[in-house]
Amino acid sequence: MSDLLIWPIVTPLAAALLALVWPSRATSIGIVAAGLTLLSTLRVAWQVSRDGVLELALGGWSPGLGIALRADGLSAILLAMSGLVSMAVAVYASVYFAGSAQRAGFWTLWLLLLTALHALFLSGDLFNVYVTLELMGLAAVGLAALGGGREALQAALRYLILGLLGSLAFLAGVAVVYAGFGSLDMATLAGVAAPVPAAWVALTLMTGGLIIKAALFPLHIWLPAAHANAPAPVSAMLSALVVKAALYLVVRLWLEIFDGVVTSAAAWVIGVPGGIAVVWGSWAALRAARLKLLAAFSTVAQLGYLFLFIALAAGLPAGEPRAAVMTALVLMAISHGFAKSAFFLGAGIVMQRAGHDRIAELGGTARALPLTTFTLALAGVALVGLPPSGGFLAKWQLLTTAIASGQWIWLPVVGLGTLLAAAYLFRLLGHAFAPGEGVGPRLAVGREEIPALALALTATLLLGLGAAGLWELIPVSAYAGRGL
Amino acid sequence: MTLSFWLPLAILLSSLIPGVLIFLLAEERHRTRTALNLLGAVTKLILVGVLIWGVFHEQVFETRWALAPGLDFVLQADALSVLFVSLSTLLWLVTTVYAIGYLENSPHRSRFFGFFSLCVTATVGLALAGNLFTFVLFYELLTLATYPLIAHKGSAEALRGARIYLGYTLVGGLLLMIGAVWLHSLIGPVDFVQGGMLAGHGQLDPGVLRWIFLLLILGLGVKAALVPLHGWLPQAMVAPAPVSALLHAVAVVKAGAFGIVRVVYDVYGVEFAAGLGVLDLLAAVAAATIVYGSFKALSQDHLKKRLAYSTVSQVSYIVLGTAILGPLATIGGLVHLVHQGVMKITLFFAAGNYAESLGIHRISEMDGVGRRMPRTTLAFTIGALGMIGIPPVAGFISKWYLGLGALQAGVGAWVVPVLVASSLLNAAYFLPILYRAWFKRPAGSWPAERPHAAGGELPGALLWPPLATAALSLLAGLFAASPFSPLEWAQLIAAREYRP
Repeated sequence: MSDLLIWPIVTPLAAALLALVWPSRATSIGIVAAGLTLLSTLRVAWQVSRDGVLELALGGWSPGLGIALRADGLSAILLAMSGLVSMAVAVYASVYFAGSAQRAGFWTLWLLLLTALHALFLSGDLFNVYVTLELMGLAAVGLAALGGGREALQAALRYLILGLLGSLAFLAGVAVVYAGFGSLDMATLAGVAAPVPAAWVALTLMTGGLIIKAALFPLHIWLPAAHANAPAPVSAMLSALVVKAALYLVVRLWLEIFDGVVTSAAAWVIGVPGGIAVVWGSWAALRAARLKLLAAFSTVAQLGYLFLFIALAAGLPAGEPRAAVMTALVLMAISHGFAKSAFFLGAGIVMQRAGHDRIAELGGTARALPLTTFTLALAGVALVGLPPSGGFLAKWQLLTTAIASGQWIWLPVVGLGTLLAAAYLFRLLGHAFAPGEGVGPRLAVGREEIPALALALTATLLLGLGAAGLWELIPVSAYAGRGL
Repeated sequence: MTLSFWLPLAILLSSLIPGVLIFLLAEERHRTRTALNLLGAVTKLILVGVLIWGVFHEQVFETRWALAPGLDFVLQADALSVLFVSLSTLLWLVTTVYAIGYLENSPHRSRFFGFFSLCVTATVGLALAGNLFTFVLFYELLTLATYPLIAHKGSAEALRGARIYLGYTLVGGLLLMIGAVWLHSLIGPVDFVQGGMLAGHGQLDPGVLRWIFLLLILGLGVKAALVPLHGWLPQAMVAPAPVSALLHAVAVVKAGAFGIVRVVYDVYGVEFAAGLGVLDLLAAVAAATIVYGSFKALSQDHLKKRLAYSTVSQVSYIVLGTAILGPLATIGGLVHLVHQGVMKITLFFAAGNYAESLGIHRISEMDGVGRRMPRTTLAFTIGALGMIGIPPVAGFISKWYLGLGALQAGVGAWVVPVLVASSLLNAAYFLPILYRAWFKRPAGSWPAERPHAAGGELPGALLWPPLATAALSLLAGLFAASPFSPLEWAQLIAAREYRP
């Protein structure tokens, strides 16, 4: 039955090759592949929620020798989010790149990115994780450079160099793990990892590499330019999914595999930059002159929240409260994934209509693009963490944990971050509702407006009112060392 | 899944669904929009009627589902929620009729009525919220739904007023949320229970509980316009008249006052709160707000601004009644929740009519308006007399019970002078308006007179709502002792809150 784990990886890979040899049909191939991949991810999620952890040893070799694929609650949820977001992005991109010279290149790279992402979520072995991380990074850089232009190329180059540095550090960490524990299978490691120097060195190296890729303050410097200058469908993928992959690995390492190694003092090492990122990112978003830059800085802030969650969870002993925090973390992560992809797609629609995305000149947007303005507002509500949204529930849990564990310092941080986020959202809406002609006349609702709205509705209504099932799914873990 | 599960949800959906449909409606489809608006309002009224009957017979209504472990979305109906839900439902119907008339021929009506319906949905959600978490959820939603209504005109002034409103209420919402989360982390889910639920948790640190109380009241006090958190309310008067009417009578300030009632009675428990000593401070703030609001109202020439400061003052009667221990004061506070709403909405409807038909915005322009617009001015007069507290208008009943309650609680020595002073001030800022309107000669021409159908002073949609609410404020006073009057219902709540 576990064969179904290969489909989320194989489907986009085969489609990427097909798009490469048959570029004239790239769009159709991409859309069909996105649909099939979505079905396969949902299938995995459904199976995990029914049967628990799924495992597949490719080629029949036992884990440790062959390639092991595993799906548990965490990977199933992220996989399903990736399936849904990429389906919406595919529909949008089919309009965005219609008639563009970059079309074939986009679809090939995009499908490769999807392959790498899904392989990363499903890998059960640290070396394979490294390979997928590298592949994902390269595909992402290629996509980020797609827009052409000096700024985009410069940003992509910086993204490439820092990304390589990150993977290199990760690889060094993997080597130390192998030297210290004689295995790279993550489930095996979860059983044997002990607080010895090798574990500390390995964890430091791997985490160092990952926080570059996950853009934790102050290593976020590459993100705003890379995400803001890429084409809108690419920005959506980068902000919603690619940074989440690195974050996913930090969660796996800190809260599961090396659970016994992480001390509560170490938690502050990522908690403090996380807190600074919340305030600094929101502040920078408020000051941003361009819509996509605003969205990119908002991602920096949201990643800050996620690292705060990790720090808080790492400070708790294993048990139910910790599983609750971890679930809230995942809820925040996918809520941001849906909301930010909706936001970037909405920004792309505005940008294509207006020819620019300078916030101060967006008067008339609400009149010309009512549905997209609504999408931006809805996605913004989830990003600020106002109800009803997954962000609101997650923030409630974050505050509860901060208070219950006596870490009062995070209260003003979260409070300030929320108010700044509300300020940047309403600043944008104020300009959008102001009179103006820059966005052109009102037209009928376009096909490209629907996927963004669907994503925004998922982040707000679906995750805000119907996410209770996550709390049962997350404790289904393949790697919990001391047991969640 | 029975009636008891679906009814609270249906009451919520009866305005949410029309709201969403209206958003999707093309701007020109006026008839469909009007039909949707009225259909929703009437449906809600009927559903609330069923609810009242059930609650009166102590039937339990509850819609509950889990959003996360320990976080349930709960809608339920007890006697207190029924008081607020019937007020908002009744006044929503009236205000909808008024708004349809008021916005005739103005742009962006789909947007306006969409948010209008969302605003009422959030208010009804607040009324029916069965725990603190659900309350916070709707409290924030109310902020989001009201902001576009205040900004509706799109002028620089409107945007500024809306921005100030947003600043105040978002900070307030955040403080409320932190207080709620703190309490939640101490005792788990905070359900609203008659008599409060904290007394059952004897081991809690009273100092911490005082801090939490402070946070909750600060958060709620922003919307209830307690001094010094009231700064947004006079600025928000740039909103169109139906929005002001809703804001001052039903939606925003009432949400704050209602929340304070909930926290004192159904979270802390009034006796427990008195034991903590937090009620004295609350009573003092309320008294200060009552006097300060009246003083500020005195010096305003702008009619809506005078009414706004009057709201600042009047809403704190509810808070004062809540903060004084004893059933009589409770009755006075609760009944004023309804009475103030009915009277103040009348005043704002009338103010909107003056502006709409004659361009009158300032009190100094109102000379002789009573002869030009007798019916509107009659409604205004009844509302104003009620605010002063002259029998038999409803406001008298509130003040009478508040005074009795203060004497019963042994704080009459300072509360009664506050009530007397405030009533004198009310008279001082309302009676001159009435004198100008009825007895002074018109100045010659009106600021901006608009031609209307010959014979009548205004279209019926603008005229009947103030007359209806004026009649309601008279009836609520005259028939205060009959079953299902606001007073009777407040007595029922008080009896249940103080039930041993």
